Amino acid sequence: MEMTAAGYHFHTRIGDGAVLVFALSGRISLDNADHLLADMEGILEKNAAGGVQVDLAGVSYMDSAGVLALFRMERKVRGKYRSYDYTHIPPRIRGIMELIDKEGLERLPLRQETRSEGIIGIFGEAGFKIYGDFKALMTFLGDLVAAAVHLAANPREVRWGDVLFYMRRTGAEGFPIVALISFLIGLIIAFMSSLQLKQFGANVYVASLVSLAIVRELGPIMTAILVAGRSASAYAAEIGTMNINDEVDALVTMGFDPIRFLAVPKLIATALVLPILTLYSDLFGIAGGMMVGVTGLDLTPYTYLQESQRPITLFYLLSSLLKSLVFAFVIAWIGCQRGFQVRGGVEEVGAATTSAVVTSILLIVIVDSIFAVVLHYVG
Amino acid sequence: MTNDRNETQETPLIVVDGLVARFGEETILENISFEVFRGEILCIVGGSGCGKSTLLKHMIGLLKPAAGRVVFEGMDITVSDDDEINRIRKKIGVLFQSDALLASMTLGENVGLPLEGFTGLSPETVQLIVRMKLGMVNLGGYENHYPAELSGGMRKRGGLARAIALDPQVLFFDEPSAGLDPVNTAELETLIKGVNTGLGTTMVIVSHQVELVLRIADRVMMMDREEKGMIATGTPADLRLHETDPRVRNFLFRSGTKQGKG
Repeated sequence: MEMTAAGYHFHTRIGDGAVLVFALSGRISLDNADHLLADMEGILEKNAAGGVQVDLAGVSYMDSAGVLALFRMERKVRGKYRSYDYTHIPPRIRGIMELIDKEGLERLPLRQETRSEGIIGIFGEAGFKIYGDFKALMTFLGDLVAAAVHLAANPREVRWGDVLFYMRRTGAEGFPIVALISFLIGLIIAFMSSLQLKQFGANVYVASLVSLAIVRELGPIMTAILVAGRSASAYAAEIGTMNINDEVDALVTMGFDPIRFLAVPKLIATALVLPILTLYSDLFGIAGGMMVGVTGLDLTPYTYLQESQRPITLFYLLSSLLKSLVFAFVIAWIGCQRGFQVRGGVEEVGAATTSAVVTSILLIVIVDSIFAVVLHYVG
Repeated sequence: MTNDRNETQETPLIVVDGLVARFGEETILENISFEVFRGEILCIVGGSGCGKSTLLKHMIGLLKPAAGRVVFEGMDITVSDDDEINRIRKKIGVLFQSDALLASMTLGENVGLPLEGFTGLSPETVQLIVRMKLGMVNLGGYENHYPAELSGGMRKRGGLARAIALDPQVLFFDEPSAGLDPVNTAELETLIKGVNTGLGTTMVIVSHQVELVLRIADRVMMMDREEKGMIATGTPADLRLHETDPRVRNFLFRSGTKQGKG
């Protein structure tokens, strides 16, 4: 029987001892190897034979995929026939055959693909992960506090040049976006509240509503979230990259404590600039509200500012700044910890950066909730 | 193999003709011409900054030359469109200095990438070919491991498995032994020779490791930073015994290597 397909050609005959001989010729490669395998299988199904012999004398080219097809055939017919062998193997094809680890093709991977362990397994695994993460965060928190206390006692050891650098990066460079977002949030709150308050002729209360919301809650939390997005990610990426480039290890070998060297300047810088940025955020938020008040509610700037000032007490202002100080600590703590935990390759830097932003924002919201409850009773 | 090569030396697989490479105003390669013959192992050597890697990037079509041609099987890849270059790329494999395995994929997925990109093979066939190629580089069983979980030598061999996934006609290596210890270098060297003889793959190796080059090269091409091009070419034995250029002798003998192929 003869058969021709794209690139190759073969005919079959029954040889001595009822052996079915496949005489192959032409080119067999990645493109037609599967086709050849299917053809050979089809013929074997239709012909009863005692053994199989593949004659490769006429093969002009065969790549490793072609040889693999022959080996796959061999595996399929093994045990069904008395014999399976190759004849007239050209040297090049013999070279490929020798290169292939035939037994290895059937070997199971050293690691099986991870299969779902069911809902309990998933929760268990997540639990362990959260526990491990919590432990790492707390350990780093202890190290960071110890380093900060040490440097508070020895301020000459603080790298003040780095502190100024990060103040510029976190503060001065972050100012425009904080100002713009705060202005727009103030404007939106004023506009939305005015739609309701107008109906009762209570336009003037828009000012106090905006200032109270901005100063007590939105100013600190919005600023903290923006700085977390900009700086916690930057801290994690910077320290993470240093970690995989062995720069952190180099610091250790030179006798430096990496937390004092890398984390504390970031902590001091963030703690110094976040309260200032929060004050700016309060001012721009109120300015945004004033724009709606003056242009849409027939209030004069003087009246608006006076009304804005009315509900704001020194306690609110100080508690807002205290909150921003704690948020700054959270941002530096999480950003640096995520950077220090990077191991392996660059892909982990990306994961650490994302995790730094997500975790710090989550903690900022949790801390803010705690503050809300505590301040309610204290105030 | 030597006989095979003599037969095919009349039809070079790659012709580099008058290639000029510039980065901005700076000329890196000035009018460089040579040929790569089927089945040979050509090693391009030279000190740091002599333009070896730049030349390699031009040969695989990653960079366009300022002047000159790179002809692969009669097709000038410097003027080819994307489809033509992709057809050529199916016939070449590259092992980068940093192994360039994609970290987010398992080793098996990495090796299967060119098969998915260039062929319409069934997942079962792809899996078998991946297993076969990993077996060829002594990484059988590691298909579900991620690159970060492997040693430098294993990653390099994984990169080689990916480079040979499509049985390329020519394999390019950029500093294959960079970052490897002598044991891993020797293992990689054996694999390179095994693939060269087993699959008949032509090899172009860029390296500054004289020992490796002298052991595996059929032909060596030496480049020099000042000349901005080639200063010597020949078999390792020819260069060792007959080359008089002090720059070549200095480069070859500073390592103290006395062993060599040819």
